[in-house]
Amino acid sequence: MLTGCGSLENPDAKREQRSYAGLGAALRRSNGWAMEAVTGSAEDNLAELLLRVRDGQDEAAFATLFGHFAPRIKGFLMRSGAAEALAEEVAQDVMATVWQKAGLYDPARAGAATWIFTIARNRRIDALRKQRRPEPEDVGWGPEPEPDQAAAMELQQESEKLAEALRGLPPNQRVLIERAYFGELSHSEIAAETGLPLGTIKSRIRLALDRLRREMS
Amino acid sequence: MSIRHHLTDELLMAYAAGILPEAFNLVVATHVSLCDECRARLGAYEALGGAVLEDVPGAAVSVGSLAATMALIRDRGKDPIVAPPQAPRPASGLFPAPLRSYVGGDVEVVKWRPMGGGVRQAILPSSKDATVRLLYIPAGAAVPDHGHRGTELTQVLQGAFRDDADRFGPGDIEVASEETQHRPVAEAGADCICLAATDAPLRFSTMLPRIVQPFFRI
Repeated sequence: MLTGCGSLENPDAKREQRSYAGLGAALRRSNGWAMEAVTGSAEDNLAELLLRVRDGQDEAAFATLFGHFAPRIKGFLMRSGAAEALAEEVAQDVMATVWQKAGLYDPARAGAATWIFTIARNRRIDALRKQRRPEPEDVGWGPEPEPDQAAAMELQQESEKLAEALRGLPPNQRVLIERAYFGELSHSEIAAETGLPLGTIKSRIRLALDRLRREMS
Repeated sequence: MSIRHHLTDELLMAYAAGILPEAFNLVVATHVSLCDECRARLGAYEALGGAVLEDVPGAAVSVGSLAATMALIRDRGKDPIVAPPQAPRPASGLFPAPLRSYVGGDVEVVKWRPMGGGVRQAILPSSKDATVRLLYIPAGAAVPDHGHRGTELTQVLQGAFRDDADRFGPGDIEVASEETQHRPVAEAGADCICLAATDAPLRFSTMLPRIVQPFFRI
Protein backbone atom coordinates (compact mmCIF):
# COMPACT_ATOMS: atom_id res chain seq x y z
CA MET A 1 0.00 0.00 0.00
CA LEU A 2 0.98 3.52 -0.57
CA THR A 3 2.22 5.34 2.48
CA GLY A 4 0.49 8.69 2.77
CA CYS A 5 2.07 11.95 1.78
CA GLY A 6 1.12 13.57 5.04
CA SER A 7 3.04 16.76 4.54
CA LEU A 8 1.02 17.66 1.49
CA GLU A 9 -2.30 15.98 1.73
CA ASN A 10 -3.90 16.92 4.97
CA PRO A 11 -6.52 19.59 4.46
CA ASP A 12 -6.06 20.53 8.11
CA ALA A 13 -2.55 21.50 7.28
CA LYS A 14 -3.93 24.54 5.52
CA ARG A 15 -3.40 26.22 8.83
CA GLU A 16 0.23 25.91 8.01
CA GLN A 17 -0.03 28.75 5.54
CA ARG A 18 0.54 30.98 8.52
CA SER A 19 4.07 29.69 8.57
CA TYR A 20 4.22 28.37 5.02
CA ALA A 21 3.38 31.29 2.80
CA GLY A 22 4.00 29.36 -0.39
CA LEU A 23 7.10 28.23 -2.14
CA GLY A 24 8.67 31.67 -2.17
CA ALA A 25 8.75 32.00 1.58
CA ALA A 26 10.05 28.47 1.88
CA LEU A 27 12.89 29.18 -0.47
CA ARG A 28 13.64 32.51 1.13
CA ARG A 29 14.04 30.72 4.44
CA SER A 30 16.19 28.13 2.75
CA ASN A 31 19.52 29.96 2.61
CA GLY A 32 18.06 33.13 1.28
CA TRP A 33 16.16 31.83 -1.72
CA ALA A 34 13.69 34.47 -2.69
CA MET A 35 10.86 34.81 -5.12
CA GLU A 36 8.70 37.72 -6.06
CA ALA A 37 4.96 37.35 -5.99
CA VAL A 38 3.83 36.95 -9.56
CA THR A 39 0.50 38.16 -10.83
CA GLY A 40 -1.58 36.78 -13.67
CA SER A 41 -2.20 33.18 -14.58
CA ALA A 42 -0.27 31.09 -17.04
CA GLU A 43 -0.42 27.48 -15.98
CA ASP A 44 -3.51 26.94 -13.91
CA ASN A 45 -5.38 24.15 -15.65
CA LEU A 46 -3.76 21.11 -13.99
CA ALA A 47 -4.56 22.22 -10.44
CA GLU A 48 -7.98 23.29 -11.71
CA LEU A 49 -8.59 19.80 -13.10
CA LEU A 50 -7.47 18.20 -9.86
CA LEU A 51 -9.93 20.40 -7.96
CA ARG A 52 -12.72 19.23 -10.28
CA VAL A 53 -11.81 15.64 -9.39
CA ARG A 54 -11.64 16.60 -5.72
CA ASP A 55 -14.89 18.55 -5.55
CA GLY A 56 -17.02 16.88 -8.23
CA GLN A 57 -15.47 13.44 -8.89
CA ASP A 58 -15.29 14.67 -12.48
CA GLU A 59 -14.26 11.76 -14.72
CA ALA A 60 -13.61 13.94 -17.78
CA ALA A 61 -11.22 16.12 -15.77
CA PHE A 62 -9.55 12.96 -14.50
CA ALA A 63 -9.13 11.66 -18.05
CA THR A 64 -7.34 14.89 -19.04
CA LEU A 65 -5.09 14.63 -15.98
CA PHE A 66 -4.42 11.02 -16.88
CA GLY A 67 -3.41 11.98 -20.42
CA HIS A 68 -0.96 14.51 -19.01
CA PHE A 69 0.51 12.65 -16.06
CA ALA A 70 0.29 8.90 -16.74
CA PRO A 71 2.97 8.92 -19.50
CA ARG A 72 5.20 11.14 -17.35
CA ILE A 73 4.82 8.87 -14.32
CA LYS A 74 5.55 5.85 -16.48
CA GLY A 75 8.63 7.55 -17.95
CA PHE A 76 9.69 8.63 -14.46
CA LEU A 77 9.43 5.05 -13.16
CA MET A 78 11.33 3.64 -16.13
CA ARG A 79 14.12 6.16 -15.46
CA SER A 80 14.03 4.86 -11.88
CA GLY A 81 14.85 1.39 -13.15
CA ALA A 82 11.40 -0.19 -13.51
CA ALA A 83 10.74 -2.47 -16.50
CA GLU A 84 8.02 -1.22 -18.84
CA ALA A 85 5.26 -3.57 -17.64
CA LEU A 86 5.89 -2.70 -13.99
CA ALA A 87 6.08 1.02 -14.82
CA GLU A 88 2.71 0.79 -16.59
CA GLU A 89 1.13 -1.04 -13.67
CA VAL A 90 2.52 1.35 -11.07
CA ALA A 91 1.55 4.42 -13.16
CA GLN A 92 -2.06 3.17 -13.19
CA ASP A 93 -1.88 2.55 -9.46
CA VAL A 94 -0.51 6.07 -8.86
CA MET A 95 -3.29 7.64 -10.94
CA ALA A 96 -5.93 5.60 -9.09
CA THR A 97 -4.41 6.89 -5.84
CA VAL A 98 -4.61 10.45 -7.23
CA TRP A 99 -8.37 9.91 -7.61
CA GLN A 100 -8.74 8.40 -4.15
CA LYS A 101 -6.67 11.04 -2.38
CA ALA A 102 -7.89 14.05 -4.38
CA GLY A 103 -9.94 15.03 -1.33
CA LEU A 104 -6.68 15.78 0.47
CA TYR A 105 -5.28 18.03 -2.27
CA ASP A 106 -4.75 21.66 -1.29
CA PRO A 107 -3.69 23.93 -4.18
CA ALA A 108 -2.34 26.51 -1.73
CA ARG A 109 0.23 24.00 -0.48
CA ALA A 110 1.39 22.19 -3.63
CA GLY A 111 1.08 22.42 -7.38
CA ALA A 112 -0.58 19.49 -9.15
CA ALA A 113 2.74 18.14 -10.47
CA THR A 114 4.34 18.43 -7.03
CA TRP A 115 1.49 16.63 -5.30
CA ILE A 116 1.44 13.85 -7.89
CA PHE A 117 5.23 13.60 -7.75
CA THR A 118 5.07 12.82 -4.01
CA ILE A 119 2.54 10.05 -4.63
CA ALA A 120 4.64 8.56 -7.45
CA ARG A 121 7.81 8.81 -5.35
CA ASN A 122 6.25 7.02 -2.40
CA ARG A 123 4.82 4.31 -4.64
CA ARG A 124 8.27 3.88 -6.20
CA ILE A 125 9.89 3.41 -2.78
CA ASP A 126 7.19 0.91 -1.90
CA ALA A 127 7.21 -1.01 -5.21
CA LEU A 128 10.87 -0.90 -6.21
CA ARG A 129 12.67 -0.76 -2.88
CA LYS A 130 10.10 -2.60 -0.75
CA GLN A 131 10.49 -0.05 2.02
CA ARG A 132 8.17 1.95 4.17
CA ARG A 133 8.22 5.69 3.70
CA PRO A 134 7.92 7.62 6.97
CA GLU A 135 6.13 10.93 6.37
CA PRO A 136 6.04 13.98 8.66
CA GLU A 137 3.17 14.42 11.06
CA ASP A 138 0.26 16.47 9.76
CA VAL A 139 -0.20 19.91 11.20
CA GLY A 140 -3.77 20.31 12.42
CA TRP A 141 -4.41 23.83 13.68
CA GLY A 142 -8.17 24.02 13.77
CA PRO A 143 -11.15 24.16 11.43
CA GLU A 144 -10.72 24.72 7.72
CA PRO A 145 -10.78 28.35 6.56
CA GLU A 146 -11.96 29.68 3.21
CA PRO A 147 -9.84 28.33 0.38
CA ASP A 148 -6.94 30.69 -0.16
CA GLN A 149 -7.02 31.33 -3.89
CA ALA A 150 -4.34 33.99 -3.86
CA ALA A 151 -1.90 31.61 -2.18
CA ALA A 152 -2.80 28.85 -4.64
CA MET A 153 -2.26 31.20 -7.57
CA GLU A 154 1.06 32.41 -6.25
CA LEU A 155 2.25 28.85 -5.67
CA GLN A 156 1.40 27.89 -9.25
CA GLN A 157 3.27 30.85 -10.65
CA GLU A 158 6.29 30.08 -8.52
CA SER A 159 6.21 26.40 -9.46
CA GLU A 160 6.24 27.36 -13.12
CA LYS A 161 9.14 29.71 -12.52
CA LEU A 162 11.03 26.95 -10.73
CA ALA A 163 10.43 24.59 -13.67
CA GLU A 164 11.84 27.23 -16.04
CA ALA A 165 14.86 27.74 -13.81
CA LEU A 166 15.47 23.98 -13.79
CA ARG A 167 15.39 23.93 -17.62
CA GLY A 168 17.88 26.78 -17.65
CA LEU A 169 20.54 24.96 -15.61
CA PRO A 170 23.78 23.90 -17.28
CA PRO A 171 23.28 20.30 -18.48
CA ASN A 172 25.93 18.81 -16.19
CA GLN A 173 24.14 20.27 -13.16
CA ARG A 174 20.60 19.62 -14.34
CA VAL A 175 21.29 15.96 -15.09
CA LEU A 176 22.46 15.33 -11.52
CA ILE A 177 19.34 16.94 -10.03
CA GLU A 178 17.16 14.86 -12.33
CA ARG A 179 18.98 11.65 -11.55
CA ALA A 180 18.60 12.26 -7.83
CA TYR A 181 14.85 12.81 -8.23
CA PHE A 182 14.43 9.82 -10.50
CA GLY A 183 16.00 7.87 -7.66
CA GLU A 184 18.03 6.36 -10.46
CA LEU A 185 21.15 6.24 -8.39
CA SER A 186 22.45 7.43 -5.05
CA HIS A 187 25.24 9.99 -5.07
CA SER A 188 27.88 7.35 -4.46
CA GLU A 189 26.45 5.13 -7.21
CA ILE A 190 26.52 8.08 -9.64
CA ALA A 191 30.14 8.57 -8.59
CA ALA A 192 30.97 4.94 -9.36
CA GLU A 193 29.18 5.03 -12.71
CA THR A 194 30.45 8.35 -14.03
CA GLY A 195 33.91 8.20 -12.51
CA LEU A 196 33.31 11.65 -11.04
CA PRO A 197 34.53 12.02 -7.46
CA LEU A 198 31.72 12.11 -4.88
CA GLY A 199 32.83 15.62 -3.88
CA THR A 200 32.40 16.85 -7.47
CA ILE A 201 28.88 15.43 -7.64
CA LYS A 202 27.92 17.01 -4.35
CA SER A 203 29.39 20.36 -5.32
CA ARG A 204 27.61 20.32 -8.71
CA ILE A 205 24.31 19.66 -6.99
CA ARG A 206 25.06 22.48 -4.57
CA LEU A 207 25.89 24.80 -7.50
CA ALA A 208 22.64 23.80 -9.19
CA LEU A 209 20.62 24.57 -6.06
CA ASP A 210 22.43 27.91 -5.60
CA ARG A 211 21.66 28.80 -9.17
CA LEU A 212 18.00 27.88 -8.79
CA ARG A 213 17.83 30.13 -5.74
CA ARG A 214 19.34 33.01 -7.70
CA GLU A 215 16.92 32.45 -10.56
CA MET A 216 14.00 32.57 -8.14
CA SER A 217 15.15 35.82 -6.53
CA MET B 1 10.15 24.74 20.80
CA SER B 2 12.96 26.96 19.58
CA ILE B 3 15.08 24.95 17.18
CA ARG B 4 18.64 26.10 16.44
CA HIS B 5 19.99 23.13 14.50
CA HIS B 6 18.22 22.24 11.26
CA LEU B 7 18.44 19.73 8.43
CA THR B 8 20.93 20.45 5.64
CA ASP B 9 19.70 21.27 2.12
CA GLU B 10 21.37 18.09 0.89
CA LEU B 11 19.38 15.91 3.29
CA LEU B 12 16.09 17.70 2.59
CA MET B 13 16.58 17.30 -1.14
CA ALA B 14 17.52 13.62 -0.80
CA TYR B 15 14.46 13.03 1.39
CA ALA B 16 12.21 14.83 -1.12
CA ALA B 17 13.77 12.77 -3.93
CA GLY B 18 13.24 9.56 -1.96
CA ILE B 19 16.84 8.34 -2.16
CA LEU B 20 17.73 8.16 1.53
CA PRO B 21 17.87 4.89 3.46
CA GLU B 22 14.70 4.20 5.43
CA ALA B 23 16.49 4.87 8.76
CA PHE B 24 17.38 8.42 7.63
CA ASN B 25 13.87 8.97 6.27
CA LEU B 26 12.51 8.27 9.74
CA VAL B 27 14.82 10.82 11.39
CA VAL B 28 14.10 13.45 8.72
CA ALA B 29 10.31 12.86 8.99
CA THR B 30 10.59 13.16 12.78
CA HIS B 31 12.52 16.43 12.59
CA VAL B 32 10.16 17.92 9.99
CA SER B 33 7.23 17.00 12.25
CA LEU B 34 8.75 19.23 14.93
CA CYS B 35 10.21 22.02 12.78
CA ASP B 36 8.05 24.40 10.70
CA GLU B 37 11.09 25.92 9.04
CA CYS B 38 12.36 22.60 7.69
CA ARG B 39 8.78 21.65 6.71
CA ALA B 40 8.58 24.76 4.54
CA ARG B 41 12.02 24.11 3.02
CA LEU B 42 10.98 20.52 2.29
CA GLY B 43 7.98 21.92 0.37
CA ALA B 44 10.42 23.71 -1.93
CA TYR B 45 12.38 20.53 -2.64
CA GLU B 46 9.18 18.62 -3.34
CA ALA B 47 8.24 21.38 -5.79
CA LEU B 48 11.57 20.73 -7.51
CA GLY B 49 10.48 17.08 -7.80
CA GLY B 50 7.25 18.28 -9.40
CA ALA B 51 9.27 20.30 -11.92
CA VAL B 52 11.39 17.23 -12.74
CA LEU B 53 8.24 15.14 -13.26
CA GLU B 54 6.77 17.79 -15.59
CA ASP B 55 9.89 17.63 -17.76
CA VAL B 56 10.49 13.88 -17.89
CA PRO B 57 10.13 12.40 -21.38
CA GLY B 58 6.80 10.59 -21.30
CA ALA B 59 6.51 6.89 -22.07
CA ALA B 60 3.36 5.99 -24.03
CA VAL B 61 0.87 4.16 -21.85
CA SER B 62 -0.83 1.06 -23.24
CA VAL B 63 -4.15 1.16 -25.04
CA GLY B 64 -6.87 0.81 -22.44
CA SER B 65 -4.65 2.17 -19.67
CA LEU B 66 -7.22 4.79 -18.61
CA ALA B 67 -10.03 2.21 -18.66
CA ALA B 68 -7.89 -0.13 -16.53
CA THR B 69 -7.27 2.70 -14.06
CA MET B 70 -10.98 3.53 -13.85
CA ALA B 71 -11.65 -0.16 -13.19
CA LEU B 72 -9.01 -0.09 -10.43
CA ILE B 73 -10.72 2.94 -8.89
CA ARG B 74 -14.09 1.16 -8.97
CA ASP B 75 -12.60 -1.96 -7.39
CA ARG B 76 -11.14 0.06 -4.55
CA GLY B 77 -14.41 1.86 -3.89
CA LYS B 78 -15.00 4.97 -5.88
CA ASP B 79 -15.37 7.45 -3.07
CA PRO B 80 -12.29 9.56 -2.60
CA ILE B 81 -10.40 9.47 0.65
CA VAL B 82 -11.25 12.71 2.41
CA ALA B 83 -10.14 12.30 6.00
CA PRO B 84 -6.49 12.47 6.94
CA PRO B 85 -5.39 8.96 7.90
CA GLN B 86 -3.36 10.08 10.89
CA ALA B 87 -4.62 10.27 14.44
CA PRO B 88 -3.54 13.49 16.16
CA ARG B 89 -0.70 13.27 18.63
CA PRO B 90 -1.90 13.09 22.23
CA ALA B 91 -1.05 16.30 24.08
CA SER B 92 1.13 14.36 26.48
CA GLY B 93 2.98 12.49 23.71
CA LEU B 94 6.72 12.82 23.16
CA PHE B 95 7.06 11.07 19.79
CA PRO B 96 5.77 12.62 16.54
CA ALA B 97 3.50 10.39 14.43
CA PRO B 98 6.14 8.83 12.12
CA LEU B 99 8.26 7.76 15.09
CA ARG B 100 5.23 6.54 17.03
CA SER B 101 4.33 4.38 14.07
CA TYR B 102 7.77 2.69 14.09
CA VAL B 103 7.83 2.22 17.85
CA GLY B 104 4.23 1.03 18.06
CA GLY B 105 3.39 3.68 20.63
CA ASP B 106 5.01 6.45 22.60
CA VAL B 107 8.05 6.45 24.89
CA GLU B 108 6.41 4.23 27.53
CA VAL B 109 6.31 1.19 25.20
CA VAL B 110 9.99 1.38 24.13
CA LYS B 111 11.93 -1.80 24.93
CA TRP B 112 15.20 -0.31 26.15
CA ARG B 113 18.43 -2.35 26.31
CA PRO B 114 21.32 -1.25 28.54
CA MET B 115 24.53 -0.13 26.80
CA GLY B 116 26.55 0.56 29.97
CA GLY B 117 27.00 3.70 32.05
CA GLY B 118 23.24 4.06 32.41
CA VAL B 119 22.86 4.68 28.68
CA ARG B 120 20.11 2.63 27.01
CA GLN B 121 19.08 2.09 23.43
CA ALA B 122 16.33 0.54 21.35
CA ILE B 123 17.01 -0.37 17.72
CA LEU B 124 14.02 0.21 15.44
CA PRO B 125 13.24 -1.95 12.40
CA SER B 126 14.39 -0.47 9.06
CA SER B 127 16.07 -1.52 5.82
CA LYS B 128 19.62 -2.80 6.18
CA ASP B 129 21.44 0.06 4.43
CA ALA B 130 21.39 2.09 7.66
CA THR B 131 20.46 1.72 11.32
CA VAL B 132 18.12 3.79 13.46
CA ARG B 133 17.79 3.64 17.22
CA LEU B 134 16.44 5.50 20.19
CA LEU B 135 19.00 6.54 22.80
CA TYR B 136 18.28 7.21 26.45
CA ILE B 137 21.09 9.14 28.14
CA PRO B 138 20.57 9.89 31.85
CA ALA B 139 21.17 13.53 32.78
CA GLY B 140 24.93 14.06 33.11
CA ALA B 141 25.87 10.74 31.49
CA ALA B 142 27.98 10.38 28.35
CA VAL B 143 27.74 8.25 25.24
CA PRO B 144 31.12 6.58 24.56
CA ASP B 145 33.48 8.68 22.42
CA HIS B 146 33.01 7.75 18.79
CA GLY B 147 33.58 8.84 15.21
CA HIS B 148 31.66 7.75 12.14
CA ARG B 149 32.47 6.12 8.87
CA GLY B 150 29.40 7.67 7.26
CA THR B 151 26.78 10.19 8.30
CA GLU B 152 25.10 10.21 11.71
CA LEU B 153 21.86 12.09 12.36
CA THR B 154 20.88 12.70 15.98
CA GLN B 155 17.46 14.20 16.70
CA VAL B 156 16.84 15.41 20.26
CA LEU B 157 13.35 14.55 21.54
CA GLN B 158 13.79 15.40 25.23
CA GLY B 159 16.53 16.97 27.34
CA ALA B 160 19.75 18.21 25.76
CA PHE B 161 23.30 17.11 25.05
CA ARG B 162 26.58 18.82 24.36
CA ASP B 163 29.51 17.59 22.31
CA ASP B 164 32.62 19.15 20.80
CA ALA B 165 30.49 20.86 18.17
CA ASP B 166 27.71 22.56 20.13
CA ARG B 167 24.69 22.21 22.40
CA PHE B 168 21.63 20.37 21.08
CA GLY B 169 18.26 20.88 22.77
CA PRO B 170 14.73 19.60 22.16
CA GLY B 171 13.88 19.64 18.44
CA ASP B 172 17.51 20.17 17.37
CA ILE B 173 19.19 17.78 14.93
CA GLU B 174 22.91 17.16 14.70
CA VAL B 175 24.24 16.13 11.30
CA ALA B 176 27.66 14.58 12.00
CA SER B 177 29.98 13.72 9.15
CA GLU B 178 32.85 11.31 8.72
CA GLU B 179 35.30 13.70 10.37
CA THR B 180 33.30 14.23 13.55
CA GLN B 181 34.79 12.66 16.65
CA HIS B 182 32.52 13.39 19.54
CA ARG B 183 31.47 12.40 23.02
CA PRO B 184 27.89 13.54 23.58
CA VAL B 185 27.16 14.34 27.23
CA ALA B 186 23.59 14.79 28.45
CA GLU B 187 23.02 18.03 30.34
CA ALA B 188 21.98 18.06 33.96
CA GLY B 189 18.23 18.25 34.43
CA ALA B 190 15.99 16.07 32.27
CA ASP B 191 17.29 12.76 30.94
CA CYS B 192 18.07 13.03 27.24
CA ILE B 193 16.14 11.00 24.65
CA CYS B 194 17.35 11.05 21.05
CA LEU B 195 16.59 9.34 17.76
CA ALA B 196 19.83 8.56 15.92
CA ALA B 197 20.58 7.04 12.51
CA THR B 198 23.89 5.94 11.02
CA ASP B 199 24.65 4.65 7.54
CA ALA B 200 27.88 2.95 8.62
CA PRO B 201 28.95 1.34 11.89
CA LEU B 202 30.21 3.83 14.46
CA ARG B 203 33.94 3.88 15.16
CA PHE B 204 34.75 3.88 18.84
CA SER B 205 38.10 5.11 20.07
CA THR B 206 38.35 2.88 23.14
CA MET B 207 38.71 -0.87 23.28
CA LEU B 208 35.62 -1.97 25.16
CA PRO B 209 32.95 -0.51 22.88
CA ARG B 210 34.82 -1.94 19.90
CA ILE B 211 34.40 -5.41 21.36
CA VAL B 212 30.74 -4.99 22.20
CA GLN B 213 29.87 -3.15 18.99
CA PRO B 214 28.79 -6.21 16.98
CA PHE B 215 26.35 -7.17 19.72
CA PHE B 216 24.77 -3.75 19.92
CA ARG B 217 24.73 -3.19 16.15
CA ILE B 218 25.92 0.39 16.43
